[in-house]
Amino acid sequence: MAQRIDVKDLNIYYGDFLAVAGVEMSVEPRSVTAFIGPSGCGKSTFLRTLNRMHEVIPGAHVEGTVAMDGVDLYGAGIDPVAVRRQVGMVFQRPNPFPTMSIAENVLAGIKLNNKRISKSDADETVERALTSANLWNEVKDRLNRPGSGLSGGQQQRLCIARAIAVKPQVLLMDEPCSALDPISTLAIEDLVSELKADYTIVIVTHNMQQAARVSDRTAFFNLKATGQPGRLVEIDDTPTIFSSPREQATEDYISGRFG
Amino acid sequence: MASPATAMTPPVTPDPPPRRRRSRTTDRGLDRAFRYLAVGSGMLILATLASVAIFLVLEALPALTHDDLASEIAWIPEGGNLGDVVGPLIFGTILAAIVSLGLAVPVAVGIALFISHYAPRRMASALGYVVDLLAAIPSVVFGLWGVLVLAPKVQPVWQFLVDYFGWIPLFAGDEHGNASNPPRVLMTTALVLAVMILPIITAVSREVFLQTPRLHEEAALALGATRWELIRMAVLPFGRSGVTSAAMLGLGRALGETMAVLMILSPGFLYSFKLLVASQQQTIAANIAAKFNDADDIGRSALIATGLALFVITLLVNLGARAIVARRKDFSGAN
Ligand SMILES: Nc1ncnc2c1ncn2[C@@H]1O[C@H](COP(=O)(O)OP(=O)(O)O)[C@@H](O)[C@H]1O
Ligand SMILES: [Mg+2]
Repeated sequence: MAQRIDVKDLNIYYGDFLAVAGVEMSVEPRSVTAFIGPSGCGKSTFLRTLNRMHEVIPGAHVEGTVAMDGVDLYGAGIDPVAVRRQVGMVFQRPNPFPTMSIAENVLAGIKLNNKRISKSDADETVERALTSANLWNEVKDRLNRPGSGLSGGQQQRLCIARAIAVKPQVLLMDEPCSALDPISTLAIEDLVSELKADYTIVIVTHNMQQAARVSDRTAFFNLKATGQPGRLVEIDDTPTIFSSPREQATEDYISGRFG
Repeated sequence: MASPATAMTPPVTPDPPPRRRRSRTTDRGLDRAFRYLAVGSGMLILATLASVAIFLVLEALPALTHDDLASEIAWIPEGGNLGDVVGPLIFGTILAAIVSLGLAVPVAVGIALFISHYAPRRMASALGYVVDLLAAIPSVVFGLWGVLVLAPKVQPVWQFLVDYFGWIPLFAGDEHGNASNPPRVLMTTALVLAVMILPIITAVSREVFLQTPRLHEEAALALGATRWELIRMAVLPFGRSGVTSAAMLGLGRALGETMAVLMILSPGFLYSFKLLVASQQQTIAANIAAKFNDADDIGRSALIATGLALFVITLLVNLGARAIVARRKDFSGAN
């Protein structure tokens, strides 16, 4: 249930504004790929093209192809709703549905996919997803309480549980730890390392140590100046990027010599 | 206010600069002024409310304490008392308001969702304007429209309801098995009331729906929600308490609406659920308006007693609305 992603010649627009230009990369199944780069270089924008969330913004569109196991996500007749059911997403700020209980949050995606689910299947799914998200022990006694009553780190793990409950092919995470304290951040990082056994994971992070800790491959994005499109500078195995990158810009950014 | 404080500042201290000091003092003055204003307005509202309540009670007292109203007031049945009229009036008032709410809320929520989540932007704002314009039409015009335009059009529909759904008590016909013609019935009245309360419910709901956090909409979309599923998952739950408040605002207006009811409804003083038969129910407000001019002192007092009942109902409706909103606070997203 993990798939490879091949991106070719991808240009990403907000209306007329070219935000990210000419991205070419492959993401291996059952690996963690980290996106790093200065803010505003288009990491989130690019990430959101991988599950067709980019186009929910009015005027936003792309050129090029994003293929998942050979099938172009932007091909004719591909339903973006179906794509999003295959590619889960975790956002920068934890966003459990405030009107739903913890259990309902976990089941939210399943209820969309197949409306009817038996009580025992539901219970089993809730336990499986929360266990995978390392949250089960903390919440198993209050599954019917609102998810918004949890701490930030717990909420983020609840969102991860919600995303993996539907068994997606790919899991996208946009700076999932940026709103969390260090302990919760470690919990999420451990989780990412565990989840990689089953999922293809792409994670945006502004924290280079984090990229170095959790990822197998790292992609560095940069932009020449504000108003210019962001570009993928290079992508390579994480140790290579952090020890001997090919590009000077990458070296500068990693060693903190960046403007 | 600033000058004494400035004068007290030792002239030798060079910092903070005097200008800064003066503006801070003014800020404090403004702060205090604003607090007085806020507390004052709050007290004024309470005082107004209390004075209305006291007025109603005092004026109603003669009728409430009278032991033989029936002999003095024509519209109180022989051997009966005030309660025999107030009861059906309260019933009629609430029935009319609830039926109109039942007609208005689904339509209003539908329009609000269409404006907030479906319509292209230009169309959405145009539609918003049209709905707001409805609110600007005076109720007497709605009454005329109801009697002259709407009534003839809906009569066949009411007849249809009687013919095919007459087994439902609400849609029962008269003794000949017909819907009244002309249809000066509660259903027609409620329909016009529904049109009248539609703008406020739509406007408030639309604002609430538009405020659905982007975060939660995106959470739903990223799970693979269609537009409708997004609305079910994120928009409606978030907007529920807002829609409830909107409905209560509409209910308040429907409870108190006078002119349109007076012009359309043929009054009756029965505990009757028949929505399609004339001369069954009457509302408190319309009843007061219909009888007030011709009433003598004790008659007025009796009418004001019914007004007191309306006041209490409206108060209870508002308390009820608050209770509903508060009940699921944990899940409201306010935290
Ligand atoms: N909703 C939007 N509408 C228009 N421009 C946007 C929007 N979101 C982001 N951008 C622009 O796209 C560029 C990339 O932004 P983003 O992907 O958020 O960068 P990053 O995640 O790397 O910080 C920036 O120039 C930003 O201003
Ligand atoms: Mg970002």
